[in-house]
Amino acid sequence: MSAQDAAKLSFTIDGKEVKAEPGQTILQAAALAGIYIPHLCAMKGLSPWGSCRVCTVLVNGKPQAACTMPVAEGMIVENDTAELKDLRSSIVEMLFVEGNHFCMFCEKSGNCELQAMGYRLGMLQPRHDYMFPTRQVDASHPDVMLDHNRCILCARCIRASKELDGKNVFQFIHRGAHKRIGVDAAGGAGGTNLAVTDKAAEACPVGCIVKKRVGFAVPIGQRLYDTKPIGSHIEAGRAAKE
Amino acid sequence: MSVAKRIVIEPVTRVEGHGKVTILLDENGKVVQARLHIVEFRGFERFIQGRPFWEVPVLVQRLCGICPVSHHLAAAKAMDRVVGGEKLTPTAEKMRRLMHYGQIYQSHALHFFHLSSPDLLFGFDADVGIRNVIGVAGKYPDLAVQAVMMRKYGQEIIKATAGKKIHGTGAIPGGINKNLSLAERDGLLKEVEQQIAWSKGAVKIAKDYTVENLTKLAPFGSFDSNHLSLVRSDGAMDLYDGNLRAIDAQGKVILDQVDCQKYLDFIAEEVRDWSYMKFPFIRSLGPDKGWYRVGPLARLNTATFIDTPLAEAARKEFVAVTSGKPNNVTMAYHWARMIELLHAMEKMQALLNDKDLQGKDLVVKGQRREVGIGLLEAPRGTLFHHYVVDKNDMIVAANLIVSTTNNNEPMNRAVAKVARDHLQGVEITEALLNHVEVAIRAYDPCLSCATHALGQMPLMLAVVDHRGQVLDEKSRG
Repeated sequence: MSAQDAAKLSFTIDGKEVKAEPGQTILQAAALAGIYIPHLCAMKGLSPWGSCRVCTVLVNGKPQAACTMPVAEGMIVENDTAELKDLRSSIVEMLFVEGNHFCMFCEKSGNCELQAMGYRLGMLQPRHDYMFPTRQVDASHPDVMLDHNRCILCARCIRASKELDGKNVFQFIHRGAHKRIGVDAAGGAGGTNLAVTDKAAEACPVGCIVKKRVGFAVPIGQRLYDTKPIGSHIEAGRAAKE
Repeated sequence: MSVAKRIVIEPVTRVEGHGKVTILLDENGKVVQARLHIVEFRGFERFIQGRPFWEVPVLVQRLCGICPVSHHLAAAKAMDRVVGGEKLTPTAEKMRRLMHYGQIYQSHALHFFHLSSPDLLFGFDADVGIRNVIGVAGKYPDLAVQAVMMRKYGQEIIKATAGKKIHGTGAIPGGINKNLSLAERDGLLKEVEQQIAWSKGAVKIAKDYTVENLTKLAPFGSFDSNHLSLVRSDGAMDLYDGNLRAIDAQGKVILDQVDCQKYLDFIAEEVRDWSYMKFPFIRSLGPDKGWYRVGPLARLNTATFIDTPLAEAARKEFVAVTSGKPNNVTMAYHWARMIELLHAMEKMQALLNDKDLQGKDLVVKGQRREVGIGLLEAPRGTLFHHYVVDKNDMIVAANLIVSTTNNNEPMNRAVAKVARDHLQGVEITEALLNHVEVAIRAYDPCLSCATHALGQMPLMLAVVDHRGQVLDEKSRG
């Protein structure tokens, strides 16, 4: 055993031994070990958030969010089980029915993490009724469009603006079922200092925050998830190189 | 108007969408009027308001599962204007044309073989048990296989150009999002000769049937009408682009080389309270005389010539039947449709051999505009898309005049004519039902995309006796 390995913790995911640095989350350690734990609100480079719960795993038998739970020596993690898959699917289904997600004409289709997650989890039809909420489109910014119909409240834009762009363009407003992403200008995103080159403009996993006038430029067949399911790059062992 | 009895035929089978026919009789049992009711509500013009313009070509194609490419391309043409990219690169225009001809090909094959051929092969009065596509497959298995393979070829062309066989994304404002790979081209070229041969055979079936039965077919649901379509600047048939030309039943020119961007100066739409579908007409002639036919028959009548040799030879045989005058026979739609099928296949053959399709220059942009209008010749006729886009890139207004809407008045006329000729007493016979449906199918098996008017009175049913007393009244909506 090398000195480096000696400094690492050891735990198991679905019976497979995984080495990890102290302070890493289960999600991070799993990705580096080539194990995909489905997730939506977690994004590499952003602080852990833990809101969507799609990454729920069983840690020593108890449900925990893999994106916020630090690794510990000897912990037993269950990830790829039928029960967890069903739980994750139920969360994704709730996200689908809670917004207005019309994949058939959404420009994010094929590159959308929510859609790809639905496919990965084998979701066929939501077990809940669609809510068809009334949501707004904010087209006031010259280069970026916000379509709140498609927002899943993952807060990636909020964190990216604050942590990566050094701005504070996005923030949650309202509560409960009325919660949504707000911007720090009364007249919409057009009044903020959001730039199309900001990381916040790229962080959205769905089609809520999109760059204007470039939709559908990538042909079907060449989009991110057209040929391989979401998580494939992690399972192919590429997470360590990113 | 005194009406003693209403005869309602519903649903009209082998027509996409839902149609409903009402035949109004007077106290003597004579047909007063016939109405093809459109009771579906679509609302696309309203709900695309507030959506971004680049989304529209993908969104509006959901109007239809048979001719989505037509809506996709008409909307893309309109959005070309919005981004100032209407002068497409050769690769973009040719890719779009290939997509469109693939669409014409598969749709015409579907219309003729799957939906209409049972009537032609077995006769209008044949038992409905065999007068269907399964019956055709049983008695004419080779023809049935050929029909499927022709439709498949058109769908493969669409997939290669739009990414998917149904509801793809190929056309984007100012261009196209892919070229044709050599592998795609070579795969499609392999089948070209066979498809050309089948297309020629299809023209022969339609021609022989029409010519042999002309005495019976000539009066069937027929009437004199104006005809409208796009034509190229030299008068050639052009299904993807061009200017508007309209002629009357004798061939006299009403409009010619009208810029599509100015269509509103020449075309208006009338609303009637009993249908969701509007009634377009040529302004200078008014609603009573300005209605017109669109689609294959109209296009064969308006075009000066066809720029592909096999289809041009077929066109000459077609016009010879009416001694060069416009053909006003409703059932001649099928023959005209198959000539266009052959034309589309010839065009695809030429395009597949064109190296521009492997070009890499796919999109152009220029001066931004507020209004975008795009017209093309969809399989069933001239298709108008008209959008207004605000400074934030959002749609604020839209008007779609689809092929079936353009043919609204003609279809009602055809049904009325058939009813007058075939209704005996007040009894609805199976033969009458069939004949009415055959007349509608000559025009258009697709009603679902044609309904878009706003309003709370989609359909009103009323029974009125000969003294004008309302005996019963029902409304929906």
